[in-house]
Amino acid sequence: MSLAKLTASALAITAVASAASARDNVQVAGSSTVLPYASIVAELFGENTDFPTPVVESGGSSSGLARFCEGVGENTIDVANASRAIRDGEIEECAANGVTDIIQVRIGYDGIVFASQKDGPAYTAFVPSDWYLALAAEMPMDGEMVTNPNTTWADVNADLPTEEILAFIPGTKHGTREVFEEKVLLQGCEDTGAMAAMEEMGMDEDSIEEACMNVRDDGASVDIDGDYTETLARVDANANGIGVFGLAFYENNTDVLKVATMGGVAPSTESIASGEYPVSRPLYFYVKAAHIGVIPGLKEYAQFFMADEIAGPDGPLAQYGLVADPELAATQAMIEAEETMQ
Amino acid sequence: MTDATAHTTPEPGSKSSILTVDPHTAKRHAAEGRFKIYGIIAICIGLFFLAALLIAIVSNGTRAFTQTRVVLEIPLVAAEIEAAEAYIVKTSKYNDLVGEALTGAMSDAGIETEMEPKELLMMLSGSAGANFRNFVLENPDAVGGSHQFEFLASSRVDGYLKGRVTREALVDDKNLDAAHLDLVDQMREAGLVERSFNWDFIFGADASESRPEAAGIGVSMLGSFFMMLVVLAFALPIGIAASIYLEEFAPQNRFTDLIEVNIANLAAVPSIVFGILGLAVFIQVMHLPQSAPLVGGLTLTLMTLPTIVISTRASLKSVPPSIRDAALGVGASKMQAVFHHVLPLAMPGILTGTIIGLAQALGETAPLLLIGMVGFIASNPPDGLASGFLDPNSAMPAQIYEWAKRADPAYYERAWGGIIILLLFLMTMNIIAILLRRKFERRW
Repeated sequence: MSLAKLTASALAITAVASAASARDNVQVAGSSTVLPYASIVAELFGENTDFPTPVVESGGSSSGLARFCEGVGENTIDVANASRAIRDGEIEECAANGVTDIIQVRIGYDGIVFASQKDGPAYTAFVPSDWYLALAAEMPMDGEMVTNPNTTWADVNADLPTEEILAFIPGTKHGTREVFEEKVLLQGCEDTGAMAAMEEMGMDEDSIEEACMNVRDDGASVDIDGDYTETLARVDANANGIGVFGLAFYENNTDVLKVATMGGVAPSTESIASGEYPVSRPLYFYVKAAHIGVIPGLKEYAQFFMADEIAGPDGPLAQYGLVADPELAATQAMIEAEETMQ
Repeated sequence: MTDATAHTTPEPGSKSSILTVDPHTAKRHAAEGRFKIYGIIAICIGLFFLAALLIAIVSNGTRAFTQTRVVLEIPLVAAEIEAAEAYIVKTSKYNDLVGEALTGAMSDAGIETEMEPKELLMMLSGSAGANFRNFVLENPDAVGGSHQFEFLASSRVDGYLKGRVTREALVDDKNLDAAHLDLVDQMREAGLVERSFNWDFIFGADASESRPEAAGIGVSMLGSFFMMLVVLAFALPIGIAASIYLEEFAPQNRFTDLIEVNIANLAAVPSIVFGILGLAVFIQVMHLPQSAPLVGGLTLTLMTLPTIVISTRASLKSVPPSIRDAALGVGASKMQAVFHHVLPLAMPGILTGTIIGLAQALGETAPLLLIGMVGFIASNPPDGLASGFLDPNSAMPAQIYEWAKRADPAYYERAWGGIIILLLFLMTMNIIAILLRRKFERRW
């Protein structure tokens, strides 16, 4: 009897599913950094057009692109948000599953800021080498690699407060981590001369890069795998802690956080747009060209996202914390022509 | 402790009386007293945490249930509306109209300011333009006259009137200045700003990151509702059928033993595992739509089934065999005995188990993460039964999780408010379960 019911219910499900095959809303997934911008656009898109509001899920750039590359069809997503460019391996994975035509859209730029408790120690000015010296697992000294001896920020740089080093940095699944490693740790590694010292020791390029970006694991540096709210909670509980945040997140929480300058430049949409502030990265979304014309509103969504009134310097995205792309017109033309990646 | 007395044989010659307490008895009494105190301490610790939790929830969450609004009379000028409709982002042009109306209303009320309409608009929610446009689209006949709107105030203005935002907190804030707050004070005196109960929070849809003041839990509540319908429709019949067969008809052999052990094990499997199973079976193999309450409900059905089977079997077992024997004795078939006599008597227990299983499923988030029900999803209210089951939606606990992640502190307040609503649902369901048990339970 239970078998009969199971079969009946399975049949019922398949019947319902086939009746509902025509999906009429755009589905987006990916980076949690891009999610706020995508949700703002989705909301406006629903309000200003006759299409239903797109569905935006988060989960991280890598998981979004993995779902994007699952194949072509209505039960796969149409757009993947990413806080980094798509990797060659992911393009191959896509191609293997039949996703060959991908439109890459650069939304704008996002700044990465270093912030601590508003009334906490005076972490007000950093340079990349401070962070390398504070967080590296091992560093060259007198011709050999030694474990990082620094315990307080004053050890690293006499201008910084004598507080124990405690940094909350994005975990490895976040696209933000990659930018942090490249623009802060690697840069610091070069600036301090550690890179040159390692070259003298006869290390090859790959192992130098790895040694520069290898973060200590003795508790001074904590990987945060969750969202910025988790980083904020950790900073809130540790007066000597410093967190790595997105600019937009910081700007929404200026009442509890104070931000430090990097290389003498305070982070703001202006200083990032001009390139003065060193730690920024482009944000992207990827559109499955095969779905254009199949899923109603997909191309319109991409066009709407990149319209001057939305992604431009005076639009709601810039108001929220996005640094507008100066080459917006080229992106708009590319979407119009449905130009795919080569 | 009972056999302890046997070891203490009274010394010869000593007088033993039940009226005088000998040292050993005193010791046993003291141990009992201490045990009672430990018990009371344990209960007190539990109560303390419960109280702390409730106080935190209520003090953080009740603020979400009121909302500051700005009352504005706006002339609906056909030419202006036509001009606004020509733009790509029409609502931003409607916002400009609202800004002009706000400037006018403030000078009418005698509030002096040098701020531009754009700056004044920072006091209002970004949804104002959309509200305006929706009204115009729904009431094309009203164009030419004027209409009194109640726009949502921005989350920071709202937070100021709730005591969450202070002037010091706005020093580095680019979404609002302290000068705005002075204006808000004056507007409140002039009656332009009012605070009222926030029905939109209970019945409304989710909003984007930049508009926490417009976010509501209503659509995800519907998502939860449709999921529970699916759970009820599948878990109850399947669960009862399975347990009646196992309890009343199945032969006792290794195979049924194996099934029993597996059901008990399934009840202890972490819910995230069911999420992965749901993703693999319902979405990747059966190609059901992602983020749909139907898929969420089916996944939660898998999770709830063992609970229902176990409680149903327990209540079937508690029906005394004499009932079955009597029925069989007067010539009823086994099926008649079960359906006419055993099942009705076991029903209260089955229903209680089902309600508790449903309450568990209602509060579950982990499996929903994997089938795409977390994100900016609950923004389109379903427009019918089929769309309720199949259109992308979220669920109450998933919505709360999503709000708690968002950057604006106002969303944190919403998350606590959502918890209050979710707790009310869970409490209601548990109370119904307790009442059912009290009313119908029979002791044999």
